[in-house]
This record gives sequence, structure tokens and C-alpha cells, in this order.
Amino acid sequence: MKIGAPKESARGEARVALTPESAKQIQKLGHECLVESGAGLAAGFNDDTYREAGVTVVEGADALWNDAEVVIKVREPSDAEAERLRKGQTLIAFFWPAQNEALLEKCKAQGATVIAMDMVPRISRAQKMDALSSMANIAGYRAVIEAGNNFGRFFTGQVTAAGKVPPAKVLVIGAGVAGLAAIGTATSLGAVVRAFDVRPEVSEQIESMGAEFLFLDFDESQDGSESGGYASPSSPEFREKQLECFREQAPDVDIVITTALIPGRPAPKLWLEDMVAAMKPGSVVIDLAAEKGGNCDLTKPDERVVSDNGVVVVGYTDFPSRMATQASLLYATNIRHMLTDLTPEKDGVINHNMEDDVIRGATVTHEGEITFPPPPPKVKAIAAAKPKKKEKEPTAEEKKAAELATFKAQTKRQVGLLAVGGALMLLLGQVAPVSFMQHFIVFVLACFIGFQVIWNVSHSLHTPLMAVTNAISGIIILGAILQIGSGSAIVGVLASISVLIASINIVGGFLVTRRMLAMFQKS
Amino acid sequence: MLGQGFVSAAAIAASVLFILSLGGLSNQEKAKRAVWYGIVGMALAVFFTSLGPGIGGYWWLIPMMVIGAGIGVYVAGKVEMTEMPQLVAALHSFVGLAAVFVAWSADLERRRVLAAQAADGVMQEFSAFAALVATKAPDELTFLQIEVVFAIFIGAVTFTGSVVAFGKLAGKVDGKPRQLPGGHLLNAGAAVLSLLLAILYLNGAGFWTLIVLAALSFFIGYHLIMGIGGADMPVVVSMLNSYSGWAAAAVGFTLSNDLLIVTGALVGSSGAILSYIMCKAMNRNFVNVILGGFGGSQGPAAEIEGEQVAIDAGGVASALNDADSVIIVPGYGMAVAQAQTAVSDLVRKLRASGKTVRFGIHPVAGRLPGHMNVLLAEAKVPYDIVLEMDEINDDFATTDVVIVIGSNDIVNPAAEEDPNSPIAGMPVLKVWEAKQVFVSKRGQGTGYSGIENPLFFKDNTRMFYGDARDSLNALLPLID
Repeated sequence: MKIGAPKESARGEARVALTPESAKQIQKLGHECLVESGAGLAAGFNDDTYREAGVTVVEGADALWNDAEVVIKVREPSDAEAERLRKGQTLIAFFWPAQNEALLEKCKAQGATVIAMDMVPRISRAQKMDALSSMANIAGYRAVIEAGNNFGRFFTGQVTAAGKVPPAKVLVIGAGVAGLAAIGTATSLGAVVRAFDVRPEVSEQIESMGAEFLFLDFDESQDGSESGGYASPSSPEFREKQLECFREQAPDVDIVITTALIPGRPAPKLWLEDMVAAMKPGSVVIDLAAEKGGNCDLTKPDERVVSDNGVVVVGYTDFPSRMATQASLLYATNIRHMLTDLTPEKDGVINHNMEDDVIRGATVTHEGEITFPPPPPKVKAIAAAKPKKKEKEPTAEEKKAAELATFKAQTKRQVGLLAVGGALMLLLGQVAPVSFMQHFIVFVLACFIGFQVIWNVSHSLHTPLMAVTNAISGIIILGAILQIGSGSAIVGVLASISVLIASINIVGGFLVTRRMLAMFQKS
Repeated sequence: MLGQGFVSAAAIAASVLFILSLGGLSNQEKAKRAVWYGIVGMALAVFFTSLGPGIGGYWWLIPMMVIGAGIGVYVAGKVEMTEMPQLVAALHSFVGLAAVFVAWSADLERRRVLAAQAADGVMQEFSAFAALVATKAPDELTFLQIEVVFAIFIGAVTFTGSVVAFGKLAGKVDGKPRQLPGGHLLNAGAAVLSLLLAILYLNGAGFWTLIVLAALSFFIGYHLIMGIGGADMPVVVSMLNSYSGWAAAAVGFTLSNDLLIVTGALVGSSGAILSYIMCKAMNRNFVNVILGGFGGSQGPAAEIEGEQVAIDAGGVASALNDADSVIIVPGYGMAVAQAQTAVSDLVRKLRASGKTVRFGIHPVAGRLPGHMNVLLAEAKVPYDIVLEMDEINDDFATTDVVIVIGSNDIVNPAAEEDPNSPIAGMPVLKVWEAKQVFVSKRGQGTGYSGIENPLFFKDNTRMFYGDARDSLNALLPLID
């Protein structure tokens, strides 16, 4: 099949859906790759690098749309592009079917199959084609860089000859992929990072990235696993509590990065006007939700605004496109993985398997019908979070009492054991002859020594320990030696055999121990 | 002939040397010296006892010792380190058998002496052990009989138990738990019968009681160990190690020889402690292991969601190349695949490029306590990077890559997360806390306990299917 990537028509869009690298992989699936001349220029790939990778460079969009059987794109098609679609052609792009109903109808009317990269279900198997996550990752990174660009101080705290520099304090709201990427970037730049999310189960992820999770003491917490790993709207009470928490943070933090989105709804307003007013001059708010109306009251999409008190509010919506090379590399890889799933035989023939959870989920029109919204996937995205119980720290007195109790219990047990043992010995002494008791003393002492000595043996030497105890348990040879000189023939034979096998034990055991110990070497 | 004084002095010296020898195993460097203490102690004990008063039969003694030593040298030189469990089990069986023989002989001697005394009513000259028996008072003789019963019982159980353990470890007997119909009732029956025979014997019944007693004990040893599965072998081998010691101690009582008692007690307690450590590492009690089978599950195990994602050598190599810290968790599968040399090569390469590489060893990894340590030592992995579970468990969270080679249950998060899991509460290596986990495994099968391992389904886990040695050898050239 011919896979073609046209030049993006949307204004300011610098990304491209096919890179020379991904083209090589797609060719391995048996496909042929086409690219519109100049499509990769903004992302740093010129036509020649495409040609080197074996891609046919086509002049003009018309030629490409006519030639390609599968068109791969970044943005949803414009009206003009949608008209170019024809029956039997497949389009793979971000499509946002819920927001673009008219476009969806149009594509259906044209008879094309459309695979929306934004509809790939969130299951483990589909992670490799989860373009939303790839783009969010870039957005998160870029948000921190953009913040740094607008922020007049260091991220990391320093003590220099010219004075002490406090570290920047960053608050990240919403710990999705973008939020986590922002946390990671900010911590690695040396900032002190705090993060908030309505889904308590992400607290571990937040902490693993090196940020502090702002814990909200509220009973009615959300279980993100119900909604496929995304957040859902919260109750008014919860919202109040949340805003209260942010209000507390506002005067303290230098940089706020908001990433809170609820699928299919406008972004919730979380950073209100009064919070911006409470921030120090020179602080920065980066609103990654600007496209959906923004989390901050002051956000204006695609603009950088400065508030009355000197706080910069950045509402750019094209963060991934601002890092076009990186974004194209990742997006093209996502597309490539999607094509791999569509070409299971690697024979250059697309098999559009509507039974497959991932393909079914992402397909929005197929064979002249709208297949959106898809049925829920068979596999759940995330395992249900187990309710976490906070263990109460025992107070000092409680600790002391517990220690005392264990000490008492131990003493009781030891004394009990000693008493029972003593009583048993006494009873034994009543019936046993003196000579036996003498040997018995030796036996008990040897057991004690044995217990004391063996506890100190290093775990790594347990095998040599077994071998050496094997060898010394060959001491039974002494029993046979004592008997071998007896006048009785049977005893002589039995003793001889015992001597033989005990000797194997002794010599074999010691030698093998030596061999093993010689192997242990220090680096 | 040397006097009794020499023999006793040698016995004291030997006891001290044996204790030093075991105590010296507290670290690797001291251990190399400690084994010499053991050798010298044994040489002293054997030499002086052989030359002691009333010892004869050198025409038998010396050739047998030489032959035995020859076999010992041959076996010790030839054995592969992966075969250590088998060798240890085989050596235990020898001690058990010798104990049975010595105890039988002791009773034969007792009968001979008694018969002779009854016949002429006067003390006649006996040699060797018989001379000692002749001096014993009647109550001492009764105790001697009890000791004989103990020695035979423990020795015989040790013998057949070790033989079966050897067979299972060497793969000559199927490793699955297997029992005759009747199960542990058969063992209990045999034990009750043994007790009856012992009572009969103490009341003057003939030598046949001891032979039947030994036969019953042989059966118990066989049947008991047949009912225990392959992965519980560390406990079984430690237990048999302990029994072989107790058997020696029982023989020591029979022969009134303190050196035997001391040594037997040392070996016995050593084995007992090892069994305890092993049981603790599996969070099971000793009786539960010996009676076989997993139990105590209170409900259905939690469902595992997700899927196992496979990865190829290239993917593992690129992750390793990017990693700063790596922990390798080997298990029995590494021994089966003989992959220790490949592991060692990998470690050398990774360390050469400046990465921190360490090993995390679970106490029950392998088929013998400390088995993994010996295998890694054989492959020239320095012992100071081979750490115990407790030493390394907190470090997983800060580790980039964990490679699990041929282990399953010891890295199963269900032990911590799922209270209904059969292995709930067992201490495990927390590999899943690392950033990325690669599991080298032959196929999708479950571990010994037959339970699914949620680790394989975790997001940060990738399955590196294939024979461990082949996989690692494929990986090696890709590491830079």
C-alpha cells in the first residue's frame, strides 16, 4: 500500500506525520512511503533525507492525496482536505470526533475510513500508539522551559559568593502525562515541586517523580480507574476545598503549571483571579489547558498576558508544535505502531480488523458508516486502586509500652522454656544412669554452642556450611573405628562399610568446601 | 598404641577446631582458613582414635579409608557447582546409613557380650567396643538400647530421605510431590509400629526387631520426602543435614564417645537453624513444609489485569545501556539453564562501563541454602556485589533496571499485596519498585507454587522469553 504524508495545512503547524526514521520501519511492513515536498521542512527533515530513506517525494498536495491509499496526518483535515478523501482511502490523524461532528459526517459521505489517533483506547497494549501521551509529554516539558523563559530567576537553589539564591517553587496542577513530564523536568532543573491531582491514586507517581503530593483531606475521593484513567468533574464541596488549598499555595509558589482537563468538557477553572493577584510579581502561570478555555481566569488562548501585579500568564496551545522535531519523531513512531497493528502479516496489505480493541476504538468512520463512539474496550485501562489506609504513627508512650510488652513476653517465654527444660532434665536424671547424664551435659552444651556459632554464618556461605557440616558429620567414622576390631565377623563387615562411606563423606565434604570457598572472590 | 589420655586430648582439640571451623564461616576470607581447622580437627580425631586403646582390624580399616578417600577426592573434583544440592544430599545419606550400621553393630556387640557373660559367668577379654560394653551396668545397658533405637530410626530416615532428595534434585525422580494412597496416615502408622517394635526390643525381643525397625524407618524417610516438591528442597536438605547430625550424636551416646556427641550436636543445630531460616524466608512453618503442599488460602486470589508484554534482546540492551544501576535477581532457572557464566560476562561488561551492578539473593532461591552464591562465585562474580534480600530490598526503588533470571515466586508482589494469595506474607524481593523490570523466562508458565505472578503483568515489566543462557548470550554483543 502507498502511505502518504501531506504537508500540514493548519497555520503554525510545524509537525509532520512521517519521518525518515519511521519511513524505514513502515517500508519493512511491505508498504511504500510518499511525502509531499517540503512537508518535513519545519520539523527539520528536508526532502533529501526522505529520499535517502527510500521515500518518494511528491510535488503538491493533490498528487499526494491522489496517489496515497493511506494518508497520515497530524491535525484533523480541513474542509478542502476532507473533500479530497475518496472511497477506500484511509486517513490516520488526530480527529477529535466528538468536537468535529460535521467533519465526521463529511468523511463518512466521502466513504473514507478514518482512524483518530486521539481515540486510541488507554490500554497497556496500545501505549505504543498513544499519541496523546506523546504530545502531552512534550507539552509538559515545554511548559517548564517556557516558564523558565519567562521567569527571572534560577530554578535551582544556589549558594554563591554573590549571595544565596532560593530554589524556584513550582506547583503542578493535574498529574496526567503532561503534569508528570512537567514535574520531572522541573525537579531535574532543581526546583522544589509540589503537585495536585483529584485522583489520589496518582500520588505515588507524583512522589516517584520527585514532587510533593498536596494531600487533600476529603472522604469523597475519585477513582480514576472508572473513567479510563482520566479525571471526571468533582463535587462543589470538593472544589471549594481544592481552591482553598490553592489559595494557600498562591503567595508561596513562583511557577504554576496547570494541566487539568476533563474529557469532553471545558477545562475547569482552578487558578482564579484572586490567586493570580496573590502571587509575587514576576511569577509565571503556564496554562496547558488554554485550548479548552484554560484553567486560569486570565488565560487567553495563544497569548502571553501580564497581569496588573506583574504575573505572566502563558496560554499557548501549540507546545508540541513548538518542538516540532521531537514531536514529529514521537508522533511518527505512534503512527508507525498503528500501521504495524494494521498490517499483522507484514505483507503490505492493510487488514482493518474491527474485532481488535485498539483498531475498533480508534476507527471513527469505516465502510460508509460512522463508528463513533466505540463500545467500551474489553480490557480495563488501570487496575482498580486499592483503598489505602493511613497507618497511625504510634506515640512515644505507645511505642515504649509495646517494647515493654514484647520484652515481658520474651522474658516470660524464655523463663518458661528454661523451667520446662529444667524439669525435664530433672526427670531424666531420676531414671538415667550417671554416665548418660555426663554425656548429656556435653550434648546440651554443644547444641548451645552450635546455635550461637551458626547464627553468625553469612547467608552467602550456607552451601559451604552444608558441605563442611557434611564433612564433619563424617565423624561417625569414629563409631565404626571403635567397632571394627571386634571379634564378630558381621560387626566387622558393617563397620568396614561404615568406614568406607564415612571416609567418602569426610574427604569429599572437605575438598568440595575448599573448592567452593576458593571461588569466592572480592572485586 | 596410644593411651586414653592421648585420645581424649585429641577429642578436645578436635571439638574446638570444629567449632572454630563453623564459626569461621561468618565471612568469605575467614572461611578459607576455617576449612583447614575442620580438616586438621578431623585428621587429629581419626588418627588418634585409630591408634587408641583396644582398636584393631587395621587390615580392614586402612584399605577402606583409602578407598573411601579416593572416591571422595574423585567426587569432589568432578562435581559441577550446579550439582551441589545432589552431592550434599548424597553425602547425608552416607551418614545416615553409617549410623544405622554402627547402631546395629553396637547391639550385636551387646548381645555377644551378654551371651558370653551368661555362658561362663566370668569376665572374659573383649576387644574394641565390646570391652566397653562389658563394663556397663544393667541400667546403662537399657539406656544403650534406647540410644540404639534412636540412632537407627534417625539414621534410617536420613538415609532413604536423602536418597529420595538426591533423586529429585538430580532429576532422576519426578520433582512433583507424590504420595502413596493413605498419605501421612501411612507415615503415622509406620511411626506407631516403630514405637511398638522399640518397646518389644527393650523388653528383650530378638535382633529382628531392629531390622524391621530400620525397614519401617526407611519407608518413613522415603515416603516423607517423596511427598515434598522440588522447590521445598532447601528446607528438606537442611532438615536432613540436621538429622544426619542428630544421628551422629545418637551414635555418640551409644558408644559413649563425647567427640561424636559434640560434633553431631553442632551439625544437628546447624541444620536446624538453616531449616528455620529457609522456612522463615517462605513464611511457612516447618511442619507445613514437611507435610507438604501450600495451604491457608482464605479466599479467591485477586484477579490480575493487564497483559504480559514481550521484548527482544535489542530492547533490553538499550535499557541496560541507558541504566546507571542494575540489580540482577537469579533463581533456580539460572542454575537449570547453566546461565551463570553468561550472567557473569554481562556483569563484567556492565561494570566496565561504570554502572552499579548488584545481585539480590532470596534465601530460598535455588535448591540449597546459598546455592546462588556458590554458582555466582563459580562464574567469578565478586561476592561483595552479591547481596542478601534484607540488604538490598530498600534499594529497588532507586534502581533503573532489574533483571529477573529464572525466578518467580520470590519476586511475586502478590505476597505483599494480596492477602488471599497462597504465598501471602512471604518476604519477597520488591523488584517491581524499580523503574524497569526484565524477566528472563522460558515461557508463560507459573512458578512452583502454581500461582500467577502479577509482576509479569505490571506496566514496568517486560518479558524476555527464551532459554536464559541463550537470551543472555544474544544480549551480550549489544551492550556497549
